[in-house]
Amino acid sequence: MAEMEPIDREEFRQEARAWLKANFPPALTNVPGLLFQGDAHAAAANDDYQLWRQRMTDKGWGVPTWAPRYGGAGLTEAHGKIIGEELAAIGGFNPIRSYGTMMLGPTLLEYGDEAQKLEHLPFIASHERRWCQGFSEPGAGSDLAALQTKCIDMGDHWLVSGQKIWTSGADQADWCFVLVRTDTERKQGGISFLLVDMQSEGIEARPIVLISGSTHFCEVFFNDVKVPKGNLVGEVNQGWTIAKRLLQFERNSLSEVKADITPLAPLAHDYLGTDALGRIDSPDLRARLVRNAMRHEAYMATVRRLAAEAKNGGPSHGVSALKNLWSGIIQERAELLIEVMGADGLGWAGDPYTAAEKEATRAWLHSKAFSIYGGSYEVQNNITAKHTLGLPG
Amino acid sequence: MAVLNDEQTMLKDMASQWVRDRLPVTALRGLYDHGGGGRCGSDGYDADAWAEMAQMGWCGIIVPEAHGGADFGYLSLGLVIEELGRTLAASPLISSALVAASALRLAGTQEQQGRWLPGIADGSLIGTLALDEGPHHAPERTALAATASHDGWKLSGTKRPVQDGMIAHLAIVAARTSGAPGDRDGLTLFLVPTDSAGLERQALDQIDARRPALYRLEAVNVAVNDVLGEVGKAADLIDAIRDRAAIGMAAEMLGSATQAFDITLDYLKTRVQFGAIIGSFQALQHRAAELFGELQLTRSAVETALAAIDADDPALPALASLAKATAGETLHRISSQMVQLHGGIGMTHEHDAGLYLKRARVAEQCHGSTAWHRERWARLNGY
Repeated sequence: MAEMEPIDREEFRQEARAWLKANFPPALTNVPGLLFQGDAHAAAANDDYQLWRQRMTDKGWGVPTWAPRYGGAGLTEAHGKIIGEELAAIGGFNPIRSYGTMMLGPTLLEYGDEAQKLEHLPFIASHERRWCQGFSEPGAGSDLAALQTKCIDMGDHWLVSGQKIWTSGADQADWCFVLVRTDTERKQGGISFLLVDMQSEGIEARPIVLISGSTHFCEVFFNDVKVPKGNLVGEVNQGWTIAKRLLQFERNSLSEVKADITPLAPLAHDYLGTDALGRIDSPDLRARLVRNAMRHEAYMATVRRLAAEAKNGGPSHGVSALKNLWSGIIQERAELLIEVMGADGLGWAGDPYTAAEKEATRAWLHSKAFSIYGGSYEVQNNITAKHTLGLPG
Repeated sequence: MAVLNDEQTMLKDMASQWVRDRLPVTALRGLYDHGGGGRCGSDGYDADAWAEMAQMGWCGIIVPEAHGGADFGYLSLGLVIEELGRTLAASPLISSALVAASALRLAGTQEQQGRWLPGIADGSLIGTLALDEGPHHAPERTALAATASHDGWKLSGTKRPVQDGMIAHLAIVAARTSGAPGDRDGLTLFLVPTDSAGLERQALDQIDARRPALYRLEAVNVAVNDVLGEVGKAADLIDAIRDRAAIGMAAEMLGSATQAFDITLDYLKTRVQFGAIIGSFQALQHRAAELFGELQLTRSAVETALAAIDADDPALPALASLAKATAGETLHRISSQMVQLHGGIGMTHEHDAGLYLKRARVAEQCHGSTAWHRERWARLNGY
């Protein structure tokens, strides 16, 4: 479909606005969509969410640019952006957004065969099938190509054995896209991309308790798991190429995340008091809060600039640099938040601490993951140095 | 880079080419003594190159068409300034075409605009802002006194440093018509020709060889209709002018930082030590990657601020401070790393790294330092 004229965009905006107004359950206003996308039990227990998910599924607007036969609405990127903007304007969220829509879906559209697309995309488009990503292993984190999970061709099926780790939501996922080793002689060139039903015999997912107390990640064990031959995406040993493309989709979707945050000034006034001029009554902490807030503002301007440049066909390099800037700014902010709260920012549980204080503690601990997941800070710097700046080695 | 229209792209390309041909870093080097400081007797700029810049219309980019300019916007002017910053090109473009022109645009009467803007636009007249009086930017602390006389005002006091003050024909002088240093009330701006009786100038030999001026004013007579804006109420106007000046400086600093980074990156790709290209060492790769990230933030802050002037955005004051503070920190860091990563050669006057380092520190202090702008941003945002 060709890019629409501006006048059509305005018409579509009105149409989208009207439909969302009529169909988005008001009870879900400003509710973080992540709650339902990440937690299958919470999603199942909430009628408003189920209604909203079903309506968006029927409309195809959860994945507006996908073809109708795959559960989408066959619209352009421009349409999709308008839907997103109008949704944000009413404090709504996309109930379909998931690892399936952000990562596997686009990958299958490029590399999957028609049978795989028809088998999986409609269930992703309705968020009826949850997906998890089986990439990292205990011995293959940042050095992902060192992965060892074995996949043997048994003639009529594949046999998978090994262990994955840091698999987000594996305990609640229905399916997993897994990188497996089909050739032990070659490193990157010996990896394949496999779709595995989490109900298969021999799979065990164990949640990992993190420093923040959450159990978002799992270890997944594959003990001689039988996988149908048709579940291989692309060619044998083409998995590395497909995974790299998928990680691009992941990075793109991460950089789309609306990253506005609440200013810390009012909170700092409450916890620290103000001096005679109304300033935060700690010159050192105040200076660090200001610097962090200014860097955040410059970061937001950078996200907008790069988006505008990309839209105009300009270079969209620098995603790795952007990720590192973001993790740095947000981790520092999380540190500052508990520092502002002082001893009250150190509580773990119980009455004397407010919910906000306990949340801040966990958010601070959780923030340490930002510079590890999706490619560590160091790996992102390597990518920037070699691919963006052209440094050798 | 911001999304530009065709005319802006042409302007940027033209500026880029001209600056590299006509005012490469060697041109700035010509303003230095062999030993390192500013060359004695130099005006801190190249008058012929300035005439060529005027010929290309750069001095009138933000001047209204009625007064001989192109009224092409601050983002456009910022593109040119950024290119000048790349080679540390010495010119009064910011002082005159941006700062003085902004002051007259913001508050000049029809008569004042008609009298001064055409000369600024065609480059025959150089304007500047004489605001600071001490080592730190502090407009409220203005002490230079303006006392009412029978046919106008008499100005007495000192200003330093006045950017491009030795070559300026017109100084926009901040003076105190009432109140005490520290008050926002009682500040007034005056349009003062620099050949006025009682105005003495002395060149300041600064690390960047640009030679700004120290002005001594002793009972300098100024006519009533040479008051810019309202008597005693110039504080907000001064803020508005300084914001534009700070954004212009930030654009120059973005150019300098970008070029300093590019030069350093080239060096990392060619210098061999321990049998390897030093750019293959991870420690240096990561430092380069981090500097690249800081450059991204700086470009966004600067371009956003330039666009905010054109859009008359109410957030302009905070965005100006964001741009200047971000550019200040980034250029400071990159210019220091430029010396560090070049090793011993970076310490020599023969190499350009020192010239970037020196200009960086001057630009950082100009129109409000990084610390000053952070403090201002903090107050504007309730911190």
